[in-house]
Amino acid sequence: MATEAQLVDALRAGDEEAFTALVREYHPSLIRVARIYVSSLAAAEEAAQETWVGVLSGIARFEGRSSLRTWIFRILTNIAKTKAVREGRTLPFSALQDPARVPEAAVDPDRFLDAEHPRWPGHWSLRPEPWPEDALVAAETRERLEAAIEALPATQRAVLSLRDVEGWSSEEVRNALELSETNQRVLLHRARAKVRAALESYVGQP
Amino acid sequence: MTVNVEQLSCQELVELVTDYLEGALSPEEHARFEAHAARCTGCGVYLEQMRQTIELLGHFPPEQLSPEGERELREAFRAWRRD
Repeated sequence: MATEAQLVDALRAGDEEAFTALVREYHPSLIRVARIYVSSLAAAEEAAQETWVGVLSGIARFEGRSSLRTWIFRILTNIAKTKAVREGRTLPFSALQDPARVPEAAVDPDRFLDAEHPRWPGHWSLRPEPWPEDALVAAETRERLEAAIEALPATQRAVLSLRDVEGWSSEEVRNALELSETNQRVLLHRARAKVRAALESYVGQP
Repeated sequence: MTVNVEQLSCQELVELVTDYLEGALSPEEHARFEAHAARCTGCGVYLEQMRQTIELLGHFPPEQLSPEGERELREAFRAWRRD
């Protein structure tokens, strides 16, 4: 695999295959991240398209102070934020800045004994049951998983996709989305909890 | 996230799973978490399911760029190269 410096050189030299490989790798993620800021899928796709134009016009000046992908996602967030302002949207910014402000339980509180319980406050009243291995590999499970990801709020979906599907490190996700360490973790936690719950309701209802 | 109670309840543990997996708990919290998960069947299963969920997500096929989308971007690239 080409190093980042080689990739940057190839882009500057006008290597179309190098550009296409980069586009294939990041374009779907760019759209997913753009959806945090803009209201429609069409606007998110437009932001991703414009990002590549920005990448090409800026590549001559790219100095490698951040990773290439962090730099690309910075371009995207700037474009998407500008579009969001034009759309008159402000809400996603506050949601990104402080997700912890709105509490959200990982597991339905009804599945625990209440805090006043004399012996086991906060312990499971309806505990999860182990999932049968074969159910997890079923094709339908994959569909459920996809639906669960799609149903997530855009910020949670972006963090979960980059971390768990694309395999980025938490630092890379924090840089690309301009999130604090805590907020990145809160968003990831909530997203994973929802996906687990969706799988449970399908694979192994207790 | 900090846990002030001496004993960790199941309802509290499920909220610490990501901090645990990310290595973000203090050594003391980490030990308390593990002690609880080892003793408690429900929490042991919950933790395992969270690991299975992450594992499944890691094998999820990456989204593909549509052929039209790719063609448009290739054209944009050629236009840039000409300038």
